[in-house]
Amino acid sequence: MKITPEEVRHIARLARLELTADEVTRFQVELSQILDYVAQLEDIESGVSAEPTPPDQPLRQDVVEPCADPSALHGQAPDFVDGLFRVPRVIE
Amino acid sequence: MKAAELDLVLDRYEPVIGLEVHAQLKTASKIFCGCATTYGAPPNTQVCPVCLGYPGVLPVLNAGAVELAVTAALALGCAVHETSLFARKHYFYPDLPKGYQISQFDRPLATGGSLTIVRDDDAEKSIGITRVHLEEDAGKSTHTESGTLVDFNRCGTPLIEIVSEPDLRSPREAYLYLRSLKQTLEYLEVSDCNMEEGSLRCDANVSLRPVGRSEFGTKTEVKNVNSFRYVEDALAFEIERQAGLLEAGEEVVHETRLWDSARGEARPMRSKEESHDYRYFPEPDLEPLAVDATMSEGIRSGLPEMPRVRAARFVTEHGLPAYDAEVLTATRALADYYEAAVELFNEPKEVSNWVMGEVLRLANERGQSVRLEPTPQPIAPADLARLLENKQGGRISGSAAKEVLTIMVEEGGGDPLVIIEDRGLEQISDATALETEIEAVIEAHPEEVEAYRGGKVGLLGFFVGQVMKRTKGQANPELVNQILREKLG
Amino acid sequence: MTRTVSATAISANVRSGETSAVDVVDAALERVAALDLNAFLSVRAEAARTDAADVDRRVAEGESLALAGVPVAVKDNIALRGGPTTCGSRLLEPYVSPYDATAVTRLKAAGAVVVGKTNLDEFAMGSSTENSAFGPTRNPHDRDRVAGGSSGGSAAAVAAGAVPIALGSSTGGSVRQPAAFCGVVGVKPTYGRVSRYGLVAFGSSFDQIGTLSTSVEDAAQLLEVVAGSDPSDATTRPEPVEELAAAIDSWEPRGARIGWPKEYFATGLDPEIRCACETALERLAAGGAEIVEVSLPHSERGVAVYYIVAIAEASSNLARYDGVRYGFRAPADDLQSMYFRTRAAFGAEVKRRIMLGTYVLSAGYYEAFYGKGTAVRARITSDFDAAWEQVDVLLAPTTPTPAFRIGEKVEDPLEMYLNDIYTVSANLAGIPAISIPYGAIDGLPIGVQLMGPSLSERRLFEVARFLERGVGSGSSP
Repeated sequence: MKITPEEVRHIARLARLELTADEVTRFQVELSQILDYVAQLEDIESGVSAEPTPPDQPLRQDVVEPCADPSALHGQAPDFVDGLFRVPRVIE
Repeated sequence: MKAAELDLVLDRYEPVIGLEVHAQLKTASKIFCGCATTYGAPPNTQVCPVCLGYPGVLPVLNAGAVELAVTAALALGCAVHETSLFARKHYFYPDLPKGYQISQFDRPLATGGSLTIVRDDDAEKSIGITRVHLEEDAGKSTHTESGTLVDFNRCGTPLIEIVSEPDLRSPREAYLYLRSLKQTLEYLEVSDCNMEEGSLRCDANVSLRPVGRSEFGTKTEVKNVNSFRYVEDALAFEIERQAGLLEAGEEVVHETRLWDSARGEARPMRSKEESHDYRYFPEPDLEPLAVDATMSEGIRSGLPEMPRVRAARFVTEHGLPAYDAEVLTATRALADYYEAAVELFNEPKEVSNWVMGEVLRLANERGQSVRLEPTPQPIAPADLARLLENKQGGRISGSAAKEVLTIMVEEGGGDPLVIIEDRGLEQISDATALETEIEAVIEAHPEEVEAYRGGKVGLLGFFVGQVMKRTKGQANPELVNQILREKLG
Repeated sequence: MTRTVSATAISANVRSGETSAVDVVDAALERVAALDLNAFLSVRAEAARTDAADVDRRVAEGESLALAGVPVAVKDNIALRGGPTTCGSRLLEPYVSPYDATAVTRLKAAGAVVVGKTNLDEFAMGSSTENSAFGPTRNPHDRDRVAGGSSGGSAAAVAAGAVPIALGSSTGGSVRQPAAFCGVVGVKPTYGRVSRYGLVAFGSSFDQIGTLSTSVEDAAQLLEVVAGSDPSDATTRPEPVEELAAAIDSWEPRGARIGWPKEYFATGLDPEIRCACETALERLAAGGAEIVEVSLPHSERGVAVYYIVAIAEASSNLARYDGVRYGFRAPADDLQSMYFRTRAAFGAEVKRRIMLGTYVLSAGYYEAFYGKGTAVRARITSDFDAAWEQVDVLLAPTTPTPAFRIGEKVEDPLEMYLNDIYTVSANLAGIPAISIPYGAIDGLPIGVQLMGPSLSERRLFEVARFLERGVGSGSSP
């Protein structure tokens, strides 16, 4: 399975990863190799992907349990102004 | 766009419209964490490591959200599946903390329902519901010169997405569908459906096809149609735009457009190749959601009477005109209020008149809605019933009753009889007392008496007015009429 | 290298008042400070002393604490309140965890004292700890060799005697492989046995917190403390945790059926490791166990499945590191540039896996990769289910080779991935597994692995303890 540089760049864009030209070349080779390796699954029929295990979803009661200290979370932000998380502007 | 232009388009093209509605569920806490969902709290005060997508946290599903979602799905006639799966929907945006939204994809909570709308020509039309699924809301971004500001209070609020079949054929039908859906969700007390607060939001898929053709045309998605006022405008704009393209022999491009209510247009969002590549896969942090038959049946049996059924009952059991029944069932709270009052004063039409008239007016004046819970607004039904009893018993006149009701609302209730006494508003129904007043009027107007007896019976109104003036409007008008006729006769 | 006093012994001594938690922790902090392996990313000396004093107070008040005063190291992808949880990544370098992982909460409740956070491959992605943004951890048996990974820091810290026990995490072999390389006991519990709340996610349907220790008994004691259902993790198992450490010495092989999965002894396995496994099987047979050859026909495909499904989950789990709410943010004038530049700070292996995971989930490829991967995963699970019809426990090598040299495999990701060949299957099937030191090749430790059905931890500890008695406790290079 051969991955093209365009595919590498497309995937990097989906994943929001800035790649250098070097990285594009390297990932093109490495991803192709890995995909060749995982291609060994092709001969297995995928039909048996059974129903998920018997469901047993533990649920939480609808009760408010507020965070003890939201301001400690604000302090982690790289840019926090007037109660709001700030990021550089969105250019459309 | 002017209605006439749209009509011209609709002569040649048939719009095919489907709506995706997101409704915030009325839970106390968020869908996957214990943060409150209260609207209007200071920004980023209702957040925790879970809803902010901190490293290492995990979601735990809110039972209340499941119950409300199942309630809505059942009321919309959907089949609620015994097993449904959560899935991750990926995209990058500052108000989406984890880089994915926990939603449902190929195994939704419920599928295959319908909702009836009543068109303007009174014809009923059933609109198919494709699916109802549970998901989490994102935060709220505000774009400013200095950057984008994000408030995550809303992030993690439980939502249901209700997807309609492409069964709607005009902007008006879309509006009626949305109105009916809102009424249904409000009745179920599943959502506040407040478009201004963003608890009900709508995206529309629109395509056109030449009248008579059965294949669908290329559709566009119009996002951000978040006010009832704009539903018809936004759809009309898009229909007209698509018609313009088709008329010019151009093709409609499959794209997403954003409705800008300020400019009255739907602009294309920057088209990104990956914009539709959400890379869904099953959410590994949550087990499959099980809703067994016992739970479904339990919820189904607790469903409230829906508005159309209730209105029909008001007509058959209470003998109300259809118009009254429709007005009174507009909201569950109003209908509950009316029924509570009828329970205490069993004159349905009289109660209906007062609720639809004075009660609604007084509530509106105060910026309130008519309701019972948690505190009755604008006045307790018991107080209204007491007032109507006294009116019926003749102790309060119709005109005084309105005044008394206003006073009761202003004072937060009270005994109507005390109010009448305190303000001297009691109706004079004592014949002896009235005879004295009437004799005084007759004595003071000999010429008019002469004329009346000479055949000018229209003067009766004049005498009544004079009596009312002397009694400051407190005389029982029926009795005054009766005694006047006797004395003048 | 110091001879480690076991956690069980420390706890008994602190409980009896023979020694104090403060003294034990002070000594551990001295050993940690003297360590020169890049095993720790952060040491919390002051906080640990305060915690130790608190433990002494609790003991004095009569509390019975299972791990009273036991110094413990915690892998730096497990949340510890008030300090760093870097995950070995530049992206979380500035981050301070506002909460404790459930496993940490349980450690503290049991009287254990966390002395520091250990090195790992960035976001636990790797088999050598060379992918840490903060440099590789060295193997205490040979400083030029890797400690294994991704829990290399925890394995090295225990092997070097700095702490008797440590927490690691396993997605494909990240506890057993470094345990084997460093000559300590490593346990990957049943999926859902230990809460993942606070464990920074890599492959969510694989991830489990595991234990590293010098002895099987300590491993059992540690797991008993951290295991159990947790309302904060919907994927934890509801079954109560049985006694894991008590009386494991009394087990004898008579009547036990020990499986020998033939696919695990195929080409690529170092003959001396094969030999060690055979010795272990012979010992069990000599004790009266029945040795049964079994087949796990899909096991060879485990690594391929792992590198589709776990990596798909990883690409999703790492989407949150975007520079918006916490951690590192690269300077940028617009939002998209901020995303791209911030996430460019991931290391090469993490980028590689995000790329691969994004690719297999992207439009048009989902069925061919993710769909196929989950289908084969189901087959691997049924292979094991069939094996449990025949045997109680499977015995296999932990790794194909002993610890390799630092730098030896960094240029060949696929070769590195194949290091997990014997360990991934247990993660794919969610079953428990343990690696114990069993001999050495030229001074480099060898690990033998035991696997059992879901929730069979107690049985694994019994068999492991039996084998351990044969080689003596721990491995002192």
